[in-house]
Amino acid sequence: MSKIQDVITGKAYVLGDNIDTDQIIPAEYLTFNPAIPEEYKQFGKYALSSVPPSQSGLPKGNIPFHTDNEFVSPYTFIIAGKNFGCGSSREHAPVALDAAGIKVVVAEFYARIFFRNAVNGGYLVPFECQDRLCEKVCTGDELKLDVPNCKLHNLTTKETYPLNPLGEIAPILNAGGIFPYAKQVGMLKS
Amino acid sequence: MPAMTLTEKILAKHSKSAVVEPGQNIWIDIDILMTHDVCGPGTIGVFKKNFGKDAKVWDPKKVVIIPDHYIFTADKMANRNIDVLREFASEQKLPYYYDVGTEKYKGVCHIALPEEGHTRPGEVLLGTDSHTCTAGAFGEFATGIGNTDAGFVMGTGNLWLKVPPTMRFVFDGNLPPYLMAKDLILAVIGDIGCDGATYKAMEFDGPGVFALNIEERMTLCNMVIEAGGKNGVIAPDKITLDFINAKNKHKVPFTPMYTDPGAKFAYEKVYDISKLQPVVAKPHSPDNKSFVSEVKGTKLDRAYIGSCTGGKMTDFRAAASIMHGHNVKIDTFVVPATTEVAKGLKTEKMHGKTLEQIFLDSGAKMGEASCAACLGGPSDTFGRLNQAIRCISTTNRNFPGRMGHKEAEVFLASPLTVAASAISGTITDPREYIA
Repeated sequence: MSKIQDVITGKAYVLGDNIDTDQIIPAEYLTFNPAIPEEYKQFGKYALSSVPPSQSGLPKGNIPFHTDNEFVSPYTFIIAGKNFGCGSSREHAPVALDAAGIKVVVAEFYARIFFRNAVNGGYLVPFECQDRLCEKVCTGDELKLDVPNCKLHNLTTKETYPLNPLGEIAPILNAGGIFPYAKQVGMLKS
Repeated sequence: MPAMTLTEKILAKHSKSAVVEPGQNIWIDIDILMTHDVCGPGTIGVFKKNFGKDAKVWDPKKVVIIPDHYIFTADKMANRNIDVLREFASEQKLPYYYDVGTEKYKGVCHIALPEEGHTRPGEVLLGTDSHTCTAGAFGEFATGIGNTDAGFVMGTGNLWLKVPPTMRFVFDGNLPPYLMAKDLILAVIGDIGCDGATYKAMEFDGPGVFALNIEERMTLCNMVIEAGGKNGVIAPDKITLDFINAKNKHKVPFTPMYTDPGAKFAYEKVYDISKLQPVVAKPHSPDNKSFVSEVKGTKLDRAYIGSCTGGKMTDFRAAASIMHGHNVKIDTFVVPATTEVAKGLKTEKMHGKTLEQIFLDSGAKMGEASCAACLGGPSDTFGRLNQAIRCISTTNRNFPGRMGHKEAEVFLASPLTVAASAISGTITDPREYIA
């Protein structure tokens, strides 16, 4: 990933609270090595595969994230509740969402390690919402994210939701992760 | 100089600032970086991609590699990952690589680190595993990171961190014989929620903490991540220093640190632990707290005693004290955290029998030292929940799918409660077996 696009559009996939890393990418698939590009793709196939069906694709539930054997999901945004990415430190979690085609997660707040991994690895943009969007957005809604103004437009319902500014993580995300950032600011030799 | 908490003081000492404040982003020097077979190959990939194929780690004595997750499996990819670690350790001449299939093999990294003398008060330990926070029990700053951060540390020996505010949990009173550290931490997580300490340090204090042995203190700190905590920490006392000095075979100097009088805490809560009852976390979240008395009689299919949080000698002594002379009524899996614990089970005796014999005589199955079914793993993993069954476990996490099947139900409890439940087949209060 390089500089965050100013406008990102696509469909929403909605989840609830405390979506932990075992639900995002179950431990049995951690045998793939994300440093090998062909294996990186595999994580996309199993992304979100341990979310119980009733909690998959809210508010209705029972909406699969992607069909079996697909590596990429039709969704661009994950909308979630509180404490997204809690549990283990596995970087395979943001990797799996990136490999599945997710560009942005919008949650009320994040578990610390997931947040660091998403930003420092430059996999996706973790925005925080001010309202409980997982109860306002429906899976399948078309969204348009205005990054500079921190506004999320729901093109399906015509609503607009304010998001918290990215703050201190913006330069790292814009550089594409902690390595390019450290090179940009002269902490590492490029 | 303003008063700082133990966590703040350790971070300040490892940064270039004399004083740090919660919320501040700082760069710190790292004392030990630990990785294992699940995150090691990815970390090595990040390191080589960014520092070059022939790059050397910043300090071979500070990079500790402990394969422990997927060891006793026929899974080819899992075995390939061990080969990646072995090759890297050899190429980098790492003195602290605990290889599978050799006498050096240890098992669960969080227990192996202190056994092998890689934990010391006042230090900073980062590991590619969320339960790295276990080592806060030794009065150090220890937390989990991902592959990218670990790859960065491998090449540079430093990393940016945000200084966390500290929450203080004070345990007053005497711990009754039917309670363990697991009951205390499950009570705390239930009270503050599994996001209650997100981005925060959790310091444990009070006479009830300092009366605990070192392994029980590790259980407390191990589970702070289940409340979202960045780190857990306990000030070092004589018990800590005696343990560390006995294990510090490399004679690395260290400086114990303590919270200053008057330091600011973001939250304080006092527990009278003499009044607590045995606690479980019900499916599917570690904060789904109940007292055992509220769920007793719940039918079970399986019991599991093992992991970094529930597979230490103290845990097995507790379980054996209840299981001795009884037969288990459900499938019961016993997995020592490390090879050293496994040896202890073969030598330490209770009522004239080794602990291992007590477990085998009760009908439990014994596994080999590793993470095993705590996190599911490949389908042939010992004790893995391959069906939608109900299990009571001494492990640390029970989100959907954690131990295998996504519809399996996992209750988290102390080794005393798990042992009592194993011999009755339903969730059972250990007070029924403790006079």
